Amino acid sequence: MEESTKDELVQIRPSGGTALDLDAVRAKLEAARGPQYWRCLEELADSEGFEELLHREFPRQASEWVGGDFSRRNFLKLMSASLALAGLSGCTKLPVESIVPYVRQPEEIVPGRPLFFATAMDFGGYAEPLLACSYEGRPTKLEGNPEHPASQGATDVYAQAALLDLYDPERSQTSTYGGEVRPWSSFVGAMQGPIAAQKAAGGAGFRLLTQAVSSPTLLAQIRTLQQTFPRMKWRQWQPVNRDGARGGAQMAFGQPLETRYLLENADIVVSLDADFLASGFPGFLMHTREWARRRNPDNPAGMNRTYAIESTPTNSGFKADHRLPVRASEVEQYARALASRLGVSAGGTARPEHNAWLDALAKDLQKHRGRSAIIPGEYQPPMVHALAHAMNEALGAVGTTVIYTDPVVEGPVSQAESIKELVAEMNAGKVELLLILGGNPVFDAPADLDLAAAMGKVPLRIHHGIYQNETSVYAHWHVNAAHFLEEWSDTRAINGMVSIVQPLIAPLYGGRSAHEVLAVFGGQPDTSSYELVRAYWKSQYKGADFEGFWRRAVHDGFMEGTEFKPKPLRTSTNAFLGSSLRTELSGKGPLPLPGVEGPQVSSASRDHSFEIVFRHDPSVYDGRFANNAWLQELEKPVTKLTWDNVVYISPADARRLEVPPGQDTTMVKLSYRGREVEAPLWPQPGQPDGCLTAFFGYGRTHAGRTGNGQGFNAYQVRPSDALNFGGGAKVSKTGATYKVASLQGYQALEGRNIVRAAPLETYQQNPNFAHENNVAPPRQDTLYPDYQYQEYAWGMEIDLNSCVGCNACIIACQAENNIPVVGKYQTLRGRKMHWLRVDGYYEGDPANPRMYFEPLPCMQCEDAPCEVVCPVGATVHSSEGLNDMVYNRCVGTRYCQNNCPWKVRRFNFLLFNDWNTPQTKMVRNPEVTVRSRGVMEKCTYCVQRITNGRIAAEEADRRVRDGEIQTACQQVCPAKAIVFGDINDRNSSVRRLKQHPRNYGVLEELNTRPRTTYMAAVLNPNPEIPVINRQQQPEQNF
Amino acid sequence: MEHKHPVEAMAGGQGQPPVLQPGYTFATITDKISAIVLTRQTPLGWFVGVGIAGMLSAVLLYAVSFLMYQGVGIWGINHPIGWGLAIVNFVWWIGIGHAGTLISAILLLLRQSWRNSINRFAEAMTIFAVMQAGLFPLLHLGRPWLFYWLFPYPNTMTVWPQFRSPLVWDVFAVSTYFTISLVFWYIGLVPDMATLRDRAQNRAARMIYAVLALGWRGSARHWHRYETAYLLLAGLATPLVLSVHTVVSFDFTIAIVPGWHSTIFPPYFVAGAIYSGFAMVLILAIPIRHIYNLEDMITDRHLDNCAKIMLATGLIVAYGYIMETFMAWYGGNLYDKHLIWNRMHGPYRALYWALIAINVGFVNVLWTKKVRFTPKLLWFVSLVVLVAMWLERFVIVVVSLSQDFLPSSWGIYIPTRWDWATFIGTIGFFALCFLLFIRVMPMISIAEMKSLLPSSEAKAPLESES
Repeated sequence: MEESTKDELVQIRPSGGTALDLDAVRAKLEAARGPQYWRCLEELADSEGFEELLHREFPRQASEWVGGDFSRRNFLKLMSASLALAGLSGCTKLPVESIVPYVRQPEEIVPGRPLFFATAMDFGGYAEPLLACSYEGRPTKLEGNPEHPASQGATDVYAQAALLDLYDPERSQTSTYGGEVRPWSSFVGAMQGPIAAQKAAGGAGFRLLTQAVSSPTLLAQIRTLQQTFPRMKWRQWQPVNRDGARGGAQMAFGQPLETRYLLENADIVVSLDADFLASGFPGFLMHTREWARRRNPDNPAGMNRTYAIESTPTNSGFKADHRLPVRASEVEQYARALASRLGVSAGGTARPEHNAWLDALAKDLQKHRGRSAIIPGEYQPPMVHALAHAMNEALGAVGTTVIYTDPVVEGPVSQAESIKELVAEMNAGKVELLLILGGNPVFDAPADLDLAAAMGKVPLRIHHGIYQNETSVYAHWHVNAAHFLEEWSDTRAINGMVSIVQPLIAPLYGGRSAHEVLAVFGGQPDTSSYELVRAYWKSQYKGADFEGFWRRAVHDGFMEGTEFKPKPLRTSTNAFLGSSLRTELSGKGPLPLPGVEGPQVSSASRDHSFEIVFRHDPSVYDGRFANNAWLQELEKPVTKLTWDNVVYISPADARRLEVPPGQDTTMVKLSYRGREVEAPLWPQPGQPDGCLTAFFGYGRTHAGRTGNGQGFNAYQVRPSDALNFGGGAKVSKTGATYKVASLQGYQALEGRNIVRAAPLETYQQNPNFAHENNVAPPRQDTLYPDYQYQEYAWGMEIDLNSCVGCNACIIACQAENNIPVVGKYQTLRGRKMHWLRVDGYYEGDPANPRMYFEPLPCMQCEDAPCEVVCPVGATVHSSEGLNDMVYNRCVGTRYCQNNCPWKVRRFNFLLFNDWNTPQTKMVRNPEVTVRSRGVMEKCTYCVQRITNGRIAAEEADRRVRDGEIQTACQQVCPAKAIVFGDINDRNSSVRRLKQHPRNYGVLEELNTRPRTTYMAAVLNPNPEIPVINRQQQPEQNF
Repeated sequence: MEHKHPVEAMAGGQGQPPVLQPGYTFATITDKISAIVLTRQTPLGWFVGVGIAGMLSAVLLYAVSFLMYQGVGIWGINHPIGWGLAIVNFVWWIGIGHAGTLISAILLLLRQSWRNSINRFAEAMTIFAVMQAGLFPLLHLGRPWLFYWLFPYPNTMTVWPQFRSPLVWDVFAVSTYFTISLVFWYIGLVPDMATLRDRAQNRAARMIYAVLALGWRGSARHWHRYETAYLLLAGLATPLVLSVHTVVSFDFTIAIVPGWHSTIFPPYFVAGAIYSGFAMVLILAIPIRHIYNLEDMITDRHLDNCAKIMLATGLIVAYGYIMETFMAWYGGNLYDKHLIWNRMHGPYRALYWALIAINVGFVNVLWTKKVRFTPKLLWFVSLVVLVAMWLERFVIVVVSLSQDFLPSSWGIYIPTRWDWATFIGTIGFFALCFLLFIRVMPMISIAEMKSLLPSSEAKAPLESES
């Protein structure tokens, strides 16, 4: 080496040769997908300075090594110094961390064996009772609490996906003040001054903003707070609120009430724009279970008949026997028209062509007096709810199919008014201290209120939430909340039953519950939520053995005897009708129907003016789940879209506007009441003409890497005076197209015998209808010898009649089997990974089609096409008849995928699983292999559960009992549409169903003899209702 | 009827161009062919060709490296289309190889001695084409580093391949094919290697050729053994011409996918293979004979014969298309009918119609003598045929998978830049191999050419009858 070069090496370059380029840093961070760790901004900017720092940082003399003189003396000097320093650092006193293994096993914990704890999830004020599966203190799966009547073992998609939120690495991890990290103690300290000031003023400037609250402890805390601060005001806001239902009850009964439908007793179910068979509808699990039970044509009580008058195509509407698409604003007129036919003089006119439909419906309802339920939609105004109450009363349904109880959720009648008043006060400068518990009001409050601007007028703003979201940006203090699986709390289910929310894991990021935050303001800053909840119930419990009561409540997941009793409101129709309703009805008389006069199409085409309907997104709900990748990648029940929201437009309107269907959506500028947003238009079969439906919850900017920038923000055009719908929306094409990722590009049956359905009458005359025109080859037409199954032969039966297409099974499967998400781009490229999908097929006229939902797990064929073609034997037939997938053996030829007629095999085209993020490792089911790149995977009928069940049975020296082993999809299904069991067991329900005449195999003509078979759908149409616009042939691509 | 000696028939007459222009002697043949390798200045075009081919080979290397790093997800394949360009290219390349074996083996057994001037480079083409083909099944694996699991090798786990899978048959078929082709080609080269050894001036070249010549001295015993071995290998290679592409077609016919599950595939694949193979032979022969002034040895007669074989096999392929469509209608199977409908009207209809237009319509220009005897036209026709045959494989592989049984799972496959880079890269690599071959080895068999001379007739009669 030349002498001069040596010198250069030794010479220390000035640090930070280039200035830090913050824009570059920002661009880099924005471009980053997946976790990227960085030490400091300089590293991100790749600045020379950082390179230098790295080079020089450690060990200090290392750089000198390369240059200088390599004399023995110097070497020894450096070495001895290093040794001495090493010894010094050894003297540092580190905190003692004992890693002593169990000497005696803690009670109940067996490594590798899960424990189940009852808890509950609060969703919009309603409890979803849960049973959490925990491995060594780590919750990995949430199931419904089978003992709880509001769940009976089922959950909805949100409860399934909530688990992922717990482990979201982008959850808020610390409390912050002005964006800077602060400990909880400093928050408590900082609050003392303002609390004292407010106490002096009686809380005149103190406002509490919450979401719907049903937690008895929290309510008690708020009441105490209201005593401490008598002039404090409690406001509530939720973008998906129950103003309509509460207002309707107020109108009809003069008091807020909870309405529950006992659909088990209902022969006729009428939905007035109610999506009662979809996740998110209060009582969805109960309603769906009971509705599905009566949907069985073999039910001795008879099969129910369902009617839907709806403004937006939903799975509830498509499950109905008769569906009438009308505009949201027309629903009230139709409700009045129906009420008038049922003896409630409410006026109302329907479109002339629908009169016969309503007549037939009214006749049908009269025929089934006392055995019908009319369900008004959550997005419909109070009047529709009041009319429904009146009609249910008139039909004698109250007490049998409809019951009224005390409201589960406490608070003001109208959240819309509540938030409006709050903003007015804020703008008037009356608010000095604003405490926001949960939610994201800056993002989701009505656009015209401009809450963000009003926030600036409040001197002290505190936001408590599990995410640093759009609202926390506007708050001085952000307190990171505990996830519901990390906190003690309590909540009420739809039937009023109280569930104790118990933590499954210590807060991962030291989050605090709402109870603890409120306790700060109530003067108990150091009280834990455990103490608060327990203290509340101790004060409530009148019995002697509180400890026993508490243990039992926590263990069972609910408190016996806390459910609300039905209110005895069964009086005569006139006395029952609240005075307010009567004046409303008589005062207005028959209203002119908006948009009925004159041909709608022409008026709409002139200015492209539409009625707009706002709905929550079926996946991300109101936006709270925007950072939840499971929900983002979950197909929406009807459109099968993922990662985006769209604006529905009817096929006829779409043709007029020249908006083609498909994944290349047309972008439009959607303007409503002076505000506008760019949104993709989606021609949706079954959408009423002249009507748009915009889904809110997307367009988040502070959701996290998963949710940011996905979809458009419909809240931007959602004003407070038309929260749910309103007229006068305009669209104009921007000329751009936007690609949305659909999981099912084609939704037509193409004349294939995949879904088999027949009216009830046909079924009764010919129970074998599913096998008419059957092309299934005879059993012996195969070259392969039969497999012999000595022990078990697993099989599955899916009832197309019960399935409501709620998608809960998809997420349950994903959570159970460690299925990765792939992101929008990969979804667009057809790399979805779901083992189980729910296919939706349209039938009939695009203006008002029928849709069939068909869940598709692996068929586990007897003569499986996949097994024959695998060159390495990575997919093999098990002794119990499963098509097992041996991940370790798979080399990834994808031949099995090509050869699977159902295309249920999923290939890891890239490394889709996250192997690095520590939190993502925690969410995984330890019993299921995490698959790597280049490997095929597929539904296994949850083989890990089968094995556990078999081992348990072998230990007890018996056969597996029927129903003992449940697959994840089966367990979660609120409709009990999936039955799994042993076909070798003569008495198993799956075997019984397989012998049922409705049982058929999808693509059974291929003679692969699938183990998963289906119960053909039976419809129960009213013969008196004329078929409106029904064609037999479906239209291409709709 | 006047009997004509076969060697004289080679000489042409009756409007037929000869197989070897008159005027050559043993010495001039050796001079002419060996000079290309040993003495003649390498044409500039060769360097340009190697440059381009080398760059494309680098593209292949890059694409393959990225593939190993990232996974097959860089390609356009998806659910439901698990096989994309990789398999299309595999079938296409392996088909191309078939012409070489047909020329060297079947035509030898059928005593079509006109083959002597084109068999050497046609065989080389086979080997290089099979090399490209062999890359793809390996690369398209999700975990290519475990490719050897497809071989029945003894292992401690006593796990064998799953012999019911056509992919395992493929492994045997293709590896056998490659081995036989390589040995056959090399055996044929031995006497010529000796010639080059004797003529090379450069010591290094002499030593290399000497090693390759395996001590050939040209004794009668050598010739005898050589001829026997050559004939035996021809006999071994002959069934492979039919079997390899039949096995390749089993990859599809064994499957349940509509559009794959068809008994017509084996003959139709073999015909298609020979069809495209001869197109490739012409694509290579026409420029080479022009650049190296080999019109005397690769005459219009050769081009004419190749074109005729192309026409014949092309018409068999066209018949296959017609039968496929007919059977879809006649069989009345809903899924088969939809498949044909999808080919004709679906998203890939342009490709289907292009392929039909070429392989059913355009190929008929070969009926005209003018096309067969105008090398430029013939070259263009061959190029179009190669494109059409690639499209055919695309239609078979991709279009069948894109819309099969359940409409819910239908999808579309659009090749990505990595798909294309790999494909174009193999074309480059193929060209590179071929260019290096013609630079260092006699591209026409010196020894076999001599048997076409009338003077060889007395000493070593090719035909024993007469």
